[in-house]
Amino acid sequence: MGLIARAIEEAGIPTLSMSSARDITRSAWPARSVYLDYPLGHTAGRPNDPELNASIMRDTLTAFEALTEPGAMSHLSYRWSDNDDWKDKVFAPVDSEDSSEQSSEYEDDRVARHDTPQYQTEADEAAAEHSHDGEECLVCAGIDY
Amino acid sequence: MTTTPQSLQPPVDYIPRITAQYSGLGYGEYRWLESEEVPAWTPLSKPISESKLGLICTGGIYASGQTAFHFKDDTSYRAIPTDVDLTELRATHFAYDLTDARKDINVVFPLEQLRSMIDEGALGSLAPHAYTLMGGIYSTRRVTEELIPALVQRVIEDEVDVVLLVPV
Repeated sequence: MGLIARAIEEAGIPTLSMSSARDITRSAWPARSVYLDYPLGHTAGRPNDPELNASIMRDTLTAFEALTEPGAMSHLSYRWSDNDDWKDKVFAPVDSEDSSEQSSEYEDDRVARHDTPQYQTEADEAAAEHSHDGEECLVCAGIDY
Repeated sequence: MTTTPQSLQPPVDYIPRITAQYSGLGYGEYRWLESEEVPAWTPLSKPISESKLGLICTGGIYASGQTAFHFKDDTSYRAIPTDVDLTELRATHFAYDLTDARKDINVVFPLEQLRSMIDEGALGSLAPHAYTLMGGIYSTRRVTEELIPALVQRVIEDEVDVVLLVPV
């Protein structure tokens, strides 16, 4: 996403990137960014908490105007919970079930990298087939299969 | 509940943790994007409260009726009308826990809160479409040659004043 932000900024449109992975965003180095210290999958807030999410967005848009240094990052002050124990489990090795082994191992919890559309529901697949029946779709662009 | 300083930790360093996991699983080394040059800078032309905002999100979001993303270097994108009914939105991905995104899509696609900002007068307007991507694309070349030119053209055509990017 950092490459995209940098390219849009270069094309003459100001950008702001939200982030919940500070080091990845710093490495990609977009023009402006705000960091929210939440677990991955919550870049813009918390489920079913519209007031909190509106507050985060209000602060985000305020930062858009306040950041004046190319590449600067603003830290938002929200915390995911009273403690940061969730951080211990992020991409961490899991303890081996076999107690005779001292080492911990990583578990591959990611999904297989299928190269066909992965629908959330079967109804979505039917809806997509129906809406693309004999027509070229203008909104599903750049599909490579 | 009181918060003790001991229970707070600095931001997670994802790059070393993910690199160690990939290597522990026997995958090849992932090359993280490291930008060495200071980013280009375009000043705001007007206050955000008067600006038309374009939204670009990764996280594999699509609307019912659209083709879903796939999981192997998908460089396509979807244009989602910003007046969409939020119940029509879906998320599909290989690399993050989708539980909360499927409960409330606004955690990765902040449409409801951007609409609130317009109601409050903190934001001017939204572009007619938001663009959604898969992310997690290994090939920088394909992002640079295929995806970026298409997206830059779309946001220019939309005549937006600013763009908000929301990666997962």
